[in-house]
Amino acid sequence: MAIPKICGIETEYGILIRGVAESNPISSSSMLINSYLSLLEGDRIGWDFEDEMPGNDARQDQRLLSVAPEVETHLVNAVLTNGARYYVDHAHPEFSAPECIDAAQALLYDRAGEEILLQSMAAAQRQMPDGQEIVVYKNNSDGKGNSYGCHENYLMDRATPFPSIVLHATTHFVTRQIFTGSGKVGTEMPGLRRDSVPFQITQRADFFEEEVGLETTLKRPIINTRDEPHADPTKYRRLHVIAGDANMSEVATFLKLGSTAILLAMIEDEVLDDLPQLAQPVPAMHQVSQDLSLSEPLLLADGSSMTALEMQWLILEHAQNWAGSRGLSSVGEDVGEQILQRWEQVLNGLDQDPLSLASQVDWIAKYRLFQASMERHSLDWSSPRLAAMDLQYHDLRAASSLSRRMGLERLTTDAQVAHAITEPPPQTRAYFRGRCLARFPDQVVAANWDSLVFDVGEAALQRVPMLEPGKGTQEAVGALIDSSADAAELLQRLK
Amino acid sequence: MPERELKKKPEPQQRESEADLSPAVAESGTKIKAELDDLLDEIDEVLETNAEEFVKSYIQKGGQ
Repeated sequence: MAIPKICGIETEYGILIRGVAESNPISSSSMLINSYLSLLEGDRIGWDFEDEMPGNDARQDQRLLSVAPEVETHLVNAVLTNGARYYVDHAHPEFSAPECIDAAQALLYDRAGEEILLQSMAAAQRQMPDGQEIVVYKNNSDGKGNSYGCHENYLMDRATPFPSIVLHATTHFVTRQIFTGSGKVGTEMPGLRRDSVPFQITQRADFFEEEVGLETTLKRPIINTRDEPHADPTKYRRLHVIAGDANMSEVATFLKLGSTAILLAMIEDEVLDDLPQLAQPVPAMHQVSQDLSLSEPLLLADGSSMTALEMQWLILEHAQNWAGSRGLSSVGEDVGEQILQRWEQVLNGLDQDPLSLASQVDWIAKYRLFQASMERHSLDWSSPRLAAMDLQYHDLRAASSLSRRMGLERLTTDAQVAHAITEPPPQTRAYFRGRCLARFPDQVVAANWDSLVFDVGEAALQRVPMLEPGKGTQEAVGALIDSSADAAELLQRLK
Repeated sequence: MPERELKKKPEPQQRESEADLSPAVAESGTKIKAELDDLLDEIDEVLETNAEEFVKSYIQKGGQ
């Protein structure tokens, strides 16, 4: 029986300092995050980053860089009261959303992450000299061959054999691109001229070179084998998915997470044995991304062929049958129904009139806009204007974001997003992490995905393991945390 | 759980010719333009003033 698909998204954002000739991404990422954390001072979290705040001089960048290792030791403190981790990773600001109970909630916390980045930019702006500004972009490539990720994580049953995950998840990751893609002008495949592909469906496909592997920054594999469950390793696996685009469209994020959660639950329930396999997943990944007609057949292991869209219909049919026979409890009853409905509606749109999905699928929204702009200004695909629009589609700032102007359908409300900026998901261990940080900021000395360390004034620090992602919920510990005067009392009552 | 009606994917003949599935051809340029005219006005206003310079300056270190 499939286990609950607790899930979450981690996003590395592109970062740029406007108004300077060259900017250091590590120092600007540090400044961005420290600016946000300093906003929280005097509020509920007493983190002290006072000494690390840079001044207004451009040379402060150098100063910040020189303390980078120290900033590193402070990363552990950049755990937020909503249960998320906010830190500098590989020269990018990264927001790792808390563990969520289902795809709808994971979408909500991904959106909360965007708002936190926006607030960070506003806070950093107060430290910047006139004419300079830190701007972040929720995309996956700089158009020059450098990529950074938007990763998904899903809780899986350790008993499920990894080879069967590899087999079926590969099929989904290659073919789901038709609705998860954020669109990109040109190609960044080594050895190809940039304009040899005018426009493609995904940002990321160009960067995948292997079928299976441990790497995430080089020779990226479609299936990442990182085995770091952040949970009881005898019971759980965390599938770390690196083969997706960051989405501006809420529908795309929801369907990316939802369809994948269902697929993985079906793998655990062993109902996909007759699903066809791709003969060459890596070339197929590139082929799907570059096929705007959605009609190119992909070679299958048995010698026959199917299009990505046909394979998605087949996966959806399995999902509908699986839901009928096994129920949707592992992905959330109501949310599961929403996923199945949206999945079918989007595949129908792709089948009959892709442009009808311009308010739901990022690559289609982008493509439609670019076509119109090309016509108005008599441009071709190699125009710098289109390359600029391609980046600016992902600009988070309301005043300059293009995606915000595309009429993309919302699945969240502003009020829900605002709530998720400070409050943790109630139904996972993220609740315990976030709520303890909010209640006892001075007594939490370290926070991790699977433990919290308290200093309650005794000789030894107290570590509370959280190896069960589904425990530590509001229902289980909410009243206990809120009614404890301090962490010492909480720990006493938890025993 | 109620019985589910299995949704079949549309028959291939419902599709037009393969080329017509390309969004480029699926909707005529004129129609796109009419629908998007206001949006384009707005976007032309907020677009980076020096597109070439902006694109050139957007260099990222590789991440995960």
